[in-house]
Amino acid sequence: MAKGAARAVWKFLDDRFLISTLLGFAGKKTVPEHGRSFWYFFGGICLFLTGIQVATGGLLLLYYTPHVDAAHESIQFIMGGVKFGWLIRSVHSWTANILIGMMFVHMFSTFFLKAYRKPRELTWVTGFLLLVLFMAFGFSGYLLPWNELSYFATRVGTDIAGSLPLVGKGLKTVILGGPEVSQATLSRFFWFHIGLLPVAALTLVAVHVLLVQTLGMSKPIGERGTREIPFFPDFLYKDALGWTVILVLVGVLCVFLPWEVGTKADPLASTPLGIKPEWYFTFMFSTLKIIPAHILSLEGEKLAILGFMAGGLLWMLVPFLDRRARRGEKSPLFTWVGLALAAYIVVMTVLTYAVPSL
Amino acid sequence: MSLRPLRLLAAAALFAPLLAFGQKDGCVDCHNQLDDTLKAPVAAFAADIHREFGLSCRDCHGGNQDTDDIALAKDKTYKGAPSRGQIPLFCGGCHADAAAIRSFNPALRTDQLSQYETSRHGQLLKAGDTKAAVCTDCHGVHGILSARLPKSTTFPWNIPQTCGRCHADKDLMAGYRIPTDQLDEYGASVHAKALFEKKDLSAPVCNDCHGNHGAYPPSASSVASVCRQCHPSAGELFGKSPHKQAFDDMGIGECEACHGNHKIEPPSTAMIGTGEGAVCVQCHDPGSRGFETAAELRRMLDGFTARYGEAEGLLTVARRKGVEVSDAEFNLLGVHTILVSAENLTHGLDAAEVGKSLGEGEKALLEVREAAAGAVEEASFRRRGLAVTTAILALFAVALALKVRRMGRARRGEGSL
Repeated sequence: MAKGAARAVWKFLDDRFLISTLLGFAGKKTVPEHGRSFWYFFGGICLFLTGIQVATGGLLLLYYTPHVDAAHESIQFIMGGVKFGWLIRSVHSWTANILIGMMFVHMFSTFFLKAYRKPRELTWVTGFLLLVLFMAFGFSGYLLPWNELSYFATRVGTDIAGSLPLVGKGLKTVILGGPEVSQATLSRFFWFHIGLLPVAALTLVAVHVLLVQTLGMSKPIGERGTREIPFFPDFLYKDALGWTVILVLVGVLCVFLPWEVGTKADPLASTPLGIKPEWYFTFMFSTLKIIPAHILSLEGEKLAILGFMAGGLLWMLVPFLDRRARRGEKSPLFTWVGLALAAYIVVMTVLTYAVPSL
Repeated sequence: MSLRPLRLLAAAALFAPLLAFGQKDGCVDCHNQLDDTLKAPVAAFAADIHREFGLSCRDCHGGNQDTDDIALAKDKTYKGAPSRGQIPLFCGGCHADAAAIRSFNPALRTDQLSQYETSRHGQLLKAGDTKAAVCTDCHGVHGILSARLPKSTTFPWNIPQTCGRCHADKDLMAGYRIPTDQLDEYGASVHAKALFEKKDLSAPVCNDCHGNHGAYPPSASSVASVCRQCHPSAGELFGKSPHKQAFDDMGIGECEACHGNHKIEPPSTAMIGTGEGAVCVQCHDPGSRGFETAAELRRMLDGFTARYGEAEGLLTVARRKGVEVSDAEFNLLGVHTILVSAENLTHGLDAAEVGKSLGEGEKALLEVREAAAGAVEEASFRRRGLAVTTAILALFAVALALKVRRMGRARRGEGSL
């Protein structure tokens, strides 16, 4: 009787959602196994952390109030008054940072394995856009607790956007909702953070994952005759092992270093010394600090911002620029460019914290 | 239409600044060419507040500044530099004239001269002692700045040095038989800490207690009134206490007897009681009623302070362990206010009142202590929870790793498992 009912339900769902077809596809799906297949796991970790972000972010919405008079207080209440609120918020903040770190690792491993080559150009492009979107998530989310550091870091960050040639002033006004960081800024950052960006990011994640599933994992150039392992369940078990390790790491961080609430922002106070943005923006921030005021009669800061924008665009278009990789040949020039860029990002980020007077 | 009037107008507009620039001031021109001593007044006057109001040498010293000729410059209006004894009247010529001052700054007081004449400095000067301080000793001569400017000699944090220039000078003060340690003592006081460390410009300096233009040593009977300007609550409590009559009978300055004068140290419960450092034992012998009251007050305050310290310590531990305790910390500030209020109540010497105040504090303190203990327990709970979760996840990870290895072997046909 029970079995009959279950079969009927299964058939009802299968007729409408084509579950057997999907399971058939999943059952046949394989993943290459070779000396560098370790790097495949970072994509899964990013997806896992994104899921945590959505879940914890949704829970935080139950108590967070996006108003300058109540935002900081609501975060304080979440951290002190809500059962396990400290855990939800700390997990949200820590995983957001780990996620961006993992996205950088995933992007550079994809780059060095030349996994962006035909036919996976759009997988690379959507992945790069996802990194940009998650950095925007970080920037908008950083202000939401309305504490001293986030307030002034937002001011510094939007000042940088404001120094862009031609569009800077208008762009800054649009971001801030006025001339200063205010309630209008908090309202629109909140809306970006929980409305616009999640829709955009989840759509891109869906496209990215769909591309990965349909095109499969890329084998590194020169890797011949490699074995394949089933995606379900072999690769998924390995993925789950990585997720478990990450989960333990996040737990330890949340218990021993819960994300701080900070002092409530005071717009009338002077900017505290050593204010800096979140760590993943510091390589650009430090570059702007050390760049000469003028380079060949052009304003150094504006030149650097334009350089970052042009560099980002070129980086996104790498699959179309690296013709040798497209032909399945090694492309050492691109490898060296990638190494130089990775070294630059690491060195500038470390310098920001090691040499605060930079 | 002729352009001539327009051209003339343009020429006038172009050269007018040059004409203004060319206006001569004989005093400045000449003194600028003289030796350092005679040049200094002109240099200093450039930043003087009188100059800001458009006054020149002639307004104080008379004479004709429109000529280069010294003889012509020193005409019959010329007053020259006043002697020390003449300075108060010289400055008072304007500063005691309400009508004259009104045209520059209607809010500026004009009683400085009359006040000065009642001051110890003024009395000494009148008696012929030209070493007594006159206007220029405190305000400077030609570089006088507004007292609102931090560089002014009369800006709050410069006043101790301004007064100390004479009052800490042993040679100068030898003839007056007054101590010269006031500046050093003030530097060690709670007031100096507030002024110099916290930059609290409302902290008292010399003139807040002694007066400025009418400066005079406060008498024993006036000390309490001086202190009450800022500490009215302590003064009111003291006025109702048994000490009031006793101090009056003995002719002792009220506040000064326990707190001192220039070296007023930060008040603490250590001043109360019968032990070392307590000021009560200066007058009260063991066994006396005052001695017993002092011991009782100290016992109550010490007990409360100890419990306060425990709660504060627990909060520190909880915060260090990452638990959000800002609400409890805020409530602890309220308890601290009650403690300060109880300490202040000791001026009334009413142990029952102090006990009542501390009793209210105990309730609030208990809530803070419970919140702090709860926060410390929460930190332990988190750590236990992490240990259990990590153990479960570790087991899960080991199981997954074994499964992955087994599947790998199965794929490679290394075993039947």
